[in-house]
Amino acid sequence: MTEIELLNWARGPGLQIATIIFVAGVVIRIIEILMLGRKPNLAEAKGSEMSAGLKTMVSRTVPDRATFKRSSFTITAGYFFHLGLFITFFMFAPHILLIRDVIGFGWPALPTPVVDAFAVITIISLLAVLVNRLTNKVMRYLTNFGDLLTWFLTLAPLVTGYIAFHRIGFTAPTLLAMHILSVELLLIVFPFTKLMHAFTLFLARWYNGAISGYRGVAS
Amino acid sequence: MTKDKIMQDEGKIRQGTLGEALNRQGVSRRSFMKYFASTASMLALPPAMLPVIARALEQARRPSVIWLSFQECTGCTESFTRAHTSTLENLIFDAISLDYHHTLQAAAGHAAEAARVAAMEENYGEYLLVVDGSIPAGNPGYSTIAGISNLDMLKEAAKGAAAIIAVGTCSTYGGIPQADPNPTGAVSVGEIIKDKPIVNVPGCPPIPVVMTGVLAHFLTFGTLPELDHLGRPKTFYGKSIHDRCYRRPFYDKGLFAETFDDEGAKKGWCLFKLGCKGPTTYNACATVKWNDGTSFPIEAGHPCIGCSEPDFWDGGGFYRALSMPTENITKTAVYTAAGAAAAGVALGAMNRAKKSASNKIHIKVTIDDLEK
Repeated sequence: MTEIELLNWARGPGLQIATIIFVAGVVIRIIEILMLGRKPNLAEAKGSEMSAGLKTMVSRTVPDRATFKRSSFTITAGYFFHLGLFITFFMFAPHILLIRDVIGFGWPALPTPVVDAFAVITIISLLAVLVNRLTNKVMRYLTNFGDLLTWFLTLAPLVTGYIAFHRIGFTAPTLLAMHILSVELLLIVFPFTKLMHAFTLFLARWYNGAISGYRGVAS
Repeated sequence: MTKDKIMQDEGKIRQGTLGEALNRQGVSRRSFMKYFASTASMLALPPAMLPVIARALEQARRPSVIWLSFQECTGCTESFTRAHTSTLENLIFDAISLDYHHTLQAAAGHAAEAARVAAMEENYGEYLLVVDGSIPAGNPGYSTIAGISNLDMLKEAAKGAAAIIAVGTCSTYGGIPQADPNPTGAVSVGEIIKDKPIVNVPGCPPIPVVMTGVLAHFLTFGTLPELDHLGRPKTFYGKSIHDRCYRRPFYDKGLFAETFDDEGAKKGWCLFKLGCKGPTTYNACATVKWNDGTSFPIEAGHPCIGCSEPDFWDGGGFYRALSMPTENITKTAVYTAAGAAAAGVALGAMNRAKKSASNKIHIKVTIDDLEK
C-alpha cells in the first residue's frame, strides 16, 4: 500500500469505522446512564432541582478555594491542557473545514501561528501532567493502565498533528495519515475509557447541583 | 522500400556519434554548450561539470530509445514535445535514436513494428525503454498493438532493456485507468517488471524538462538518477509543492481563499480550502513551473490536484480539502446514532429488568434476624 493509499483509507473507510464505534459507544453509554434513572426521593422538595442543576453545570468551571489549594498543580495544568486542546482542535482552519463538512456549519478560525503556539502549550501541559502523575506518591498508587493509555491516546493526535504541520521526519502523506489514524484510534477507544468524562461531566455536574437544589442548599 | 533497405538506412544514421550528428546539423559548439549548461543547472550540477557533460555527450553513440505507449492519452508525449531546454527536433532527436514512438514516427503498420523489433535485436541489453500508459492486467485483450497485448509487448521489450523509464502517472502508478472502478484491471509498469531498474517520472502529464532531464542524466552518466521511495528522481520530486509554493506564507498565517473569485483569491491567498493537494504532492511544479517557467496551476489560481502521486483520482475529489473526509461521515453518524439510540434503550430496559429482578430476590435483614 502506498502512502497516498493509506492516507485515502484514513480519510475514508478508516474515518467511517471510527465514527460508527465512537457514536454508537457514546450514545449507548449515555442512554444507559439516563435509563437507569435515580431512586425516587420521598422527602419534600425545598428548592428547584433543574435551575440548581443547570447553574452548577456552569459554576463548577471555577474550582472552590479548598479544592484548588489541595490540587493546584493538577487543576492549573488541566486547564491549560483543556483550553489548549479546545483551541488547537476547534479554532484551526483545516479542522473547521472538517467539522463544517460533518455538521454543516463552521466558524471563523484563529490565525494559524496562534494555534501553533497553543498546540505547544497543550503538549507541554500534557507532559507536565504525566510527570506529576508518576512522581506524586498518591497519584502513582492510583494510576492504572487505562490512565496511561488515555494519556497516550490524547497526546498522539497533538504530537502527530504538530509534526504533520511542520513536516518533520517522514514524507508528507505519511505524516498526515499518521495524524488522522491517531485520531481514529482515539475515537475508537474513547467510549470504553474514562475519556467519556467529556460527556458525562455535564450529567455529573447537573446531578450534584440537582440534589443540593432539591434540599434547598447551595451547591 | 523494402524492410532491409529501411533498416540499412536507419543503421547508417545511428552509427554517428552525437557530436558528428550535431555538426552535420549545423549546430555550433556555442549552442551545444548552451544546451548542456541549462541541462546541468536543471540537474543541480556545478558549472565545473559542464566540460565533462559536453565531452561525454559529444562522444556518445546515440543510444536507442524505444517508447511504448499503452493505455494512455498521449498527454505525456504532448508535454515532452514542449520541452524548452532545447526543442525536441533539434537536439533530443539527435542525442538519442528514437526508434519507436507511435505519435512521432513516420512509419506505420508493419514497417513500424519491424523497426521496433530490429532496434530491440540490434541494441539488445542497451536500449532505453520508455513506457507511458498503464497495462490492462484484467484482460490483456483490452489494449493491443498490432495484435500483441500490452502485457506481452512490455515483458518482451523489458528483457533487452538497459533500464525502463515509466513516464506519466498511468505507467508509474496506474493513473486514470486504475481509478475506481478500474474496469480494465490497469496496473503500473513496476507491478509487472521486477528485474530491471525502473525510474518513475510521474505527473499528469510530467513537466517537459523533468522528462528530458532524466534522459539527459542517463545519457551523461549512464546511470539512473538517485530515486526516492516511490522510484522518482529526487532532483525533481524531492520536495513537495507545498514546501516550494510561493503562497506558503499565506498558509502559515492562515489566510485562505474561500471561493475561486473572492477577495482572498484575488489577493493570491492559499488555496488549501479549495482542495489544494500541494502539501501531499511531490513534484517540481512550484520551482521549475510549466511553459518555459511561465506559471503553474496554483499561480494560475487553481488548487494542485496532486497529479504526480498514486491514486490522486480517488482522493475524495479535487475540490475537497485534505482535512476533509473523502466519504459522507454525516450520514454514517446520523444512522449510527439512530441505531445506537435503539440499542441503548434496549440495553437500558435490560438493565432496569436486571435491577428490579435483583430487588425482588433481595432478602431484607431485620433487627430481629441480627439479634438471633
